[in-house]
Amino acid sequence: MTTSVASAIIEWNTDRIHCRGRWTVDALADVATRIDQVRGMAGQQITLDASEVVALDTTGAWLLQRLRLRLESEGRQVNVQGLSAVFADLYQRVAELGMVQVPQAQKLGRLAGVGHSAITGLEELYSFLSFFGAVMLRMGQLALQPWRIRWRSILADLHASGVTALGIVGMLSFLMGVVFAYQGAVQLRTFGASIYIADLIGLTMTREMGPMLTAIIVAGRTGSAYTAQIGTMKVTEEIAAMRTIGIDPMDMLVIPKLLSLCVALPLLTVFSDITGIVGGMILAKAQLGLGFAPFLDRLQEAVSLRSFLIGFSKAPVFAMIIVLVGCFQGFRVEGSAASVGRHTTMSVVQSIFLVIVADAQFSVIFSWLGI
Amino acid sequence: MTEAISPALELRGICTRFGTARIHENLDLTIQRGEVLALVGGSGSGKTTLLHEMIMLRQPSSGSIRMFGEEIVGARTEVLERQRQRCGVLFQHGALFSALTVLQNVGVPLREHTAFSTELIDQIALLKIQQAGLPADAALKYPSELSGGMIKRAALARAMALDPQLLFLDEPTAGLDPVSAAAFDELLLRLKQWLGLTVVMVTHDLDSLWKVADRVAVLAERRVIAVAPMTELMQIDHPAVQAYFEGPRARAAQPN
Repeated sequence: MTTSVASAIIEWNTDRIHCRGRWTVDALADVATRIDQVRGMAGQQITLDASEVVALDTTGAWLLQRLRLRLESEGRQVNVQGLSAVFADLYQRVAELGMVQVPQAQKLGRLAGVGHSAITGLEELYSFLSFFGAVMLRMGQLALQPWRIRWRSILADLHASGVTALGIVGMLSFLMGVVFAYQGAVQLRTFGASIYIADLIGLTMTREMGPMLTAIIVAGRTGSAYTAQIGTMKVTEEIAAMRTIGIDPMDMLVIPKLLSLCVALPLLTVFSDITGIVGGMILAKAQLGLGFAPFLDRLQEAVSLRSFLIGFSKAPVFAMIIVLVGCFQGFRVEGSAASVGRHTTMSVVQSIFLVIVADAQFSVIFSWLGI
Repeated sequence: MTEAISPALELRGICTRFGTARIHENLDLTIQRGEVLALVGGSGSGKTTLLHEMIMLRQPSSGSIRMFGEEIVGARTEVLERQRQRCGVLFQHGALFSALTVLQNVGVPLREHTAFSTELIDQIALLKIQQAGLPADAALKYPSELSGGMIKRAALARAMALDPQLLFLDEPTAGLDPVSAAAFDELLLRLKQWLGLTVVMVTHDLDSLWKVADRVAVLAERRVIAVAPMTELMQIDHPAVQAYFEGPRARAAQPN
């Protein structure tokens, strides 16, 4: 045996259980498993001898009581002996507290679980629509009272969500343009149609990739920040404080973000279109030997103003999705840091999902309209 | 065996500097086993810093701290880990993990440091929760659903999870109503009686000082200027002590 003298020890024979050593949490690892092996006792009267226990804490006392309860449930009588006055007091106290069962969290059945998540989903949809309605109503009111709009917040938000995003949007769009041009170049060269690389890059960037890529970057970068900001303000009761001072959190937090992003996102989209095309143009020169001048000539023919506007017009819609989802999730935070994290994740996932769904809707509508 | 006779905590020549600011200079303090020592001092006198040094969250710039006879300043990680398991800490705002229920919160130290089964851990955690004076049905609640007093109790239950020999309390009654604060004092006294705890508490609560503390250490002028039971402390003729205990609130708290 490697067990040191200091550890707790338990030994038993037909009608007597000996407990020795230190019965404290750091020395009970062995006993905690051995105590469940105490079986095969013949006697009906069992003596639990604890006279050689040199130290006892709550955990030790509970293990003694646990053993006693188990033996008693087998119909035996247990007599605890030899505890010193101080230990007996602690043991008594623990025995009283230990009568309470560990409460179990209510678990839903499978069917009830499905129902529960359906109801929760519907409830969330309902609150989102209410939030959307409230924002639109407030926008209408503010259109009649434009002096109540917080222009200073709008400028600050415009800087935070627009100007500071230029670097990342520009770099990723440039790379995207390079990737598309590279893929296209390989195919087009086999047909001797290298010049059409300008059509490919121009149209993909302006109609689809520019608006969508920008919206996804901004959803991840700015939408999450909105949720975290509003959520933390809710946890620290700043939102409640705002209300008591008489400031509508909607005016202070939602409307400025909505207005600023509806300006910033279209501008970022244009920037993304341009850097994407530049990326494609550079790759066309490197890979296909197509000069900048013929590329730009072809681009002018291929990308009509209408194609550009189709892509551009999606941006404000994406901006609204990002702001509404981000702010809505922020206001749904309840109580704790974990809730802020959960809702921030949900905000990013939902806004990217909705941006892509909306983009698909746009494609369907445009093809119906024949543009 | 030095372990058996050494005091719970022995601080010698502690110096703490933040940049050029000197917080403690040659500070000495001894905490005996089984006593409740209260640490008082004005704002910015370095109480919390000293507490953090005692619970091994920060190292003093120089000096020695011996916990149960073992040096913890500049000690190896294994030594610190071992000593940490003998300490329980109640933070001022509870510092419960917000993603876990009270039962899980109290179970965290047990899961981390023992090999007990989940069932046993839950039972022990529930014992601690009740010991701290919370009803059993609070066990499944999340910290955000608890009142201030309940958070303090839940945090105490977690601090007590490993049956520590040394319990550190940072302003345990701050933010509690007088009834809850008095109940918390009672609870501390009872726990100390059952478990033979050594308690170090930072507090401003004059009622707690009278009721719970065996000795009070006054921190001022970058060191401990006096350590004595409250009744003796009132007689000490030092401007900082006088200023602290001679205010109208201090007199009101004094028992007759």
